[in-house]
Amino acid sequence: MLIPEQIETKLDRILLKVQKPGRYVGGELNSTVKEWDKVKTKVAFVFPDIYDIGVSNVGLKILYDQINQREDALAERAYAPWVDMEALMREHGIPLYTLESKQPLACFDLIGFTLPYETLYTNALNILDLAGIPIRSADRDETHPIIIAGGHSATNPEPMHAFIDAFVIGEGEEVIHDIVNTIQRVKGQKSKVNDEDLRPSTFDRNLLLLELAKIPGVYVPSFYETTYLDDGTVAHTLPTIPEAPKVVNKRIVAKLLPPPVKFIVPTIDVVHNRVSVEIMRGCTRGCRFCQAGMITRPVRERSVQEVVDAADEAVRSTGFEELALMSLSSSDYTYINDLVDAISKRFEGRKLSVNLPSLRIESVSVDLMNKLKQHRSAGFTLAPEAASERMRRIINKFIPDEEIINTTRDIYARGWTTIKLYFMIGHPSETLEDVQAIVDLCRRVIDEGRKVAGWKVKLHAGVSTFVPKPQTPFQWVACDTRENILEKQALLKRQLLKDKSIKLSWTKPEDSLLEAWLSRGDRRMAEVIYTAWKNGAKFDAWDEAKKQEAWLTAFEEHGLDPAFYTHRQRRTDEVFPWEHITAAVRKSFLFQDFRQSLEGQIRVDCRLNCFACGILPTFANLRRENPGEGWKCPDVKSPAKVVSGQLTVISHPSSVAGD
Amino acid sequence: MRARITFTKQGALRYTGHLDLHRLWERAMRRAELPLSYSQGFHPQPKISLASALPLGFSSRGEVLDVRFNEEIPTQEIADRLKDSLPRDIHITQVESVEERLPALQTLVLSAEYQVHLTEPVQGSDLMRKIEEIKNSEALPRERRGRFYDLRPLIERLDLETEADGKHCLFMILAAREGATGRPEEVLNVLGIEPEYTRVERIRLIFKE
Repeated sequence: MLIPEQIETKLDRILLKVQKPGRYVGGELNSTVKEWDKVKTKVAFVFPDIYDIGVSNVGLKILYDQINQREDALAERAYAPWVDMEALMREHGIPLYTLESKQPLACFDLIGFTLPYETLYTNALNILDLAGIPIRSADRDETHPIIIAGGHSATNPEPMHAFIDAFVIGEGEEVIHDIVNTIQRVKGQKSKVNDEDLRPSTFDRNLLLLELAKIPGVYVPSFYETTYLDDGTVAHTLPTIPEAPKVVNKRIVAKLLPPPVKFIVPTIDVVHNRVSVEIMRGCTRGCRFCQAGMITRPVRERSVQEVVDAADEAVRSTGFEELALMSLSSSDYTYINDLVDAISKRFEGRKLSVNLPSLRIESVSVDLMNKLKQHRSAGFTLAPEAASERMRRIINKFIPDEEIINTTRDIYARGWTTIKLYFMIGHPSETLEDVQAIVDLCRRVIDEGRKVAGWKVKLHAGVSTFVPKPQTPFQWVACDTRENILEKQALLKRQLLKDKSIKLSWTKPEDSLLEAWLSRGDRRMAEVIYTAWKNGAKFDAWDEAKKQEAWLTAFEEHGLDPAFYTHRQRRTDEVFPWEHITAAVRKSFLFQDFRQSLEGQIRVDCRLNCFACGILPTFANLRRENPGEGWKCPDVKSPAKVVSGQLTVISHPSSVAGD
Repeated sequence: MRARITFTKQGALRYTGHLDLHRLWERAMRRAELPLSYSQGFHPQPKISLASALPLGFSSRGEVLDVRFNEEIPTQEIADRLKDSLPRDIHITQVESVEERLPALQTLVLSAEYQVHLTEPVQGSDLMRKIEEIKNSEALPRERRGRFYDLRPLIERLDLETEADGKHCLFMILAAREGATGRPEEVLNVLGIEPEYTRVERIRLIFKE
């Protein structure tokens, strides 16, 4: 295997031949370079898209810091090389390496992929291949790193089960230490047995996987087997060894750790040049289409003081010009007004633009943005998601039309000339009238805007296509067909494109359908992914590199029908491919919510009324130990049940749901 | 005040281009909490100007920038505060205070000196002959991006030296005035040397007195 110096020499020969060579060299401020030989465990974190997108990912940054804070471990980073660089790396025999030490990925003990969206799957395979690591888990031995993956798409890990040794379900900040400790323990055992062979890479791989499977929140797919019914749906997925749990529950942290402040400062321009501070995790709104809102519960907030201090320290340590206060729904942060006041005061005169995404559609949001002295040229973004009130009831994001009109009118009146409105088409039971409502609403917004701000007002309608996701109330529904999507998009284009004040953008149906079959796929999809990658599919999230043909051929080759995964309404009693993985929101709760959706019933913010989604019974002990304001779930007052000397999980919502 | 900073740019930063370097300095000044002056208007720009763009891939031992601050700060303090705010591949070698009224830094550059390491063995005598040919020539007509120009008057110095390990390196001083800029890779091309087998370092910029 090449050593770092050899890799660097080879790189010098090719880097000037690629676009943006700064993507491939590291050396950024706040990156951590440790002495390779002085630490026991080496971890490489991989964001399987290009550097420009991956480098600002906060999730990986948290894990990077967690590992690098340990004396006995190091964490480094790698991203997917763009196609020009990949071709040269293959031509010159350069394996994929980490930016910090230029060590080949294959030299690490552990490789952690983040898979925030499904369109990265083929890139993950390509990265393993570029690293010279066998793509299939079953083909790897004790000389190879352990490959783990996490992120939102691990909510249904099954399509990637053949390639990833272990998935982390839920939040990674604590479990990553459990994993590293387990690796150290198992590798330590081996070297004691065999004194002559102290190479860190020799260990009993199967024993390690077994030990990993015992960690709460870790799913080792090779210890499970799926059987199918005649109709192609799953009969059940069961563990093949007693040590593997029947159902893998997600991990959460009871209290959010201090946010990262030493963000990597890229030496080239990237997509997000900014400090991001997470103000709150989880969401209580219960929008039925939103996977993030369902799987990141419970809501946990940081204090205003902690957010402001972290932002200040991060701005000082990076010099970034932009600060983003991240959450799924900023308006729901309990002390949002105090936070905005404190931020404006702390950063006054410091040439910092502050971004507060995901605001509710109400005039208070305009006041908040006004206080942050947001550049009016940046535009004001709101997400009604649907344009008819009927549709907004179905998706449980109920806002009366008048509220939208009043808010947008207010935004124009206060000097913003551009408003971005995000919508989705393809919601369950959507008709052309509901799509027409998008057109009508956009026109009304513009008309009302002109009354207060004249002819300069502009509207940008971003219309994406809804993709049903696992572990949401819409996991049972069929995804809209290509023909329907095209018809709906044609309607929008026909009526909106001619208006000079309105800009329309949309998602290609091919992109949505790819996401759709991957997100609710079963284990058989792994072969389709493998073949599609072999046929040249990669960078599936990128238009220019898209190879739809490669996917369709792969489906055909394995005798599978994409429509089975995308356009099929699931039976109410269907066993899902992800049935043995849970984000702690019960299937029965999701199903009830789905039924309510069909009846147009809305559910209020669960801060106002606990609907017993399942979070509290699963995490009753954590909640009991962390009472009060931190969580937005009711307190758990009942005593912990003691069974054979151990604390166990309470399984009845009635015993925990407060008032 | 107007301060002039001389600095090195090495390692990974060879692959950071001119605009990104500008941004890098702005952030470094912000991290160092120096009172950077900004232009007026809708999109205020920091008053930082780099003397001369360094081509991507080249390292440098002597880049120069001018920066304006809202207040007077001792030059030593500027150097000290920036030291911990810079990425590891930039080192400040000098900070001086300069006259506010002096013309813009870019207009003061006359030429630049480069050292070109040849990473593959070459026939020294063969190369010497080619260098002499260049030096003795009256004109070196070249075409670059569809524009014809004469490279010869842009070459102020061109020498070959042999390093201790037997490898060769070239020294060249090339004009770097506005509209009359000599590029090392053009000289290498005349010498028949592939740029991928070289490592170019800018040693210094030469300014008008």
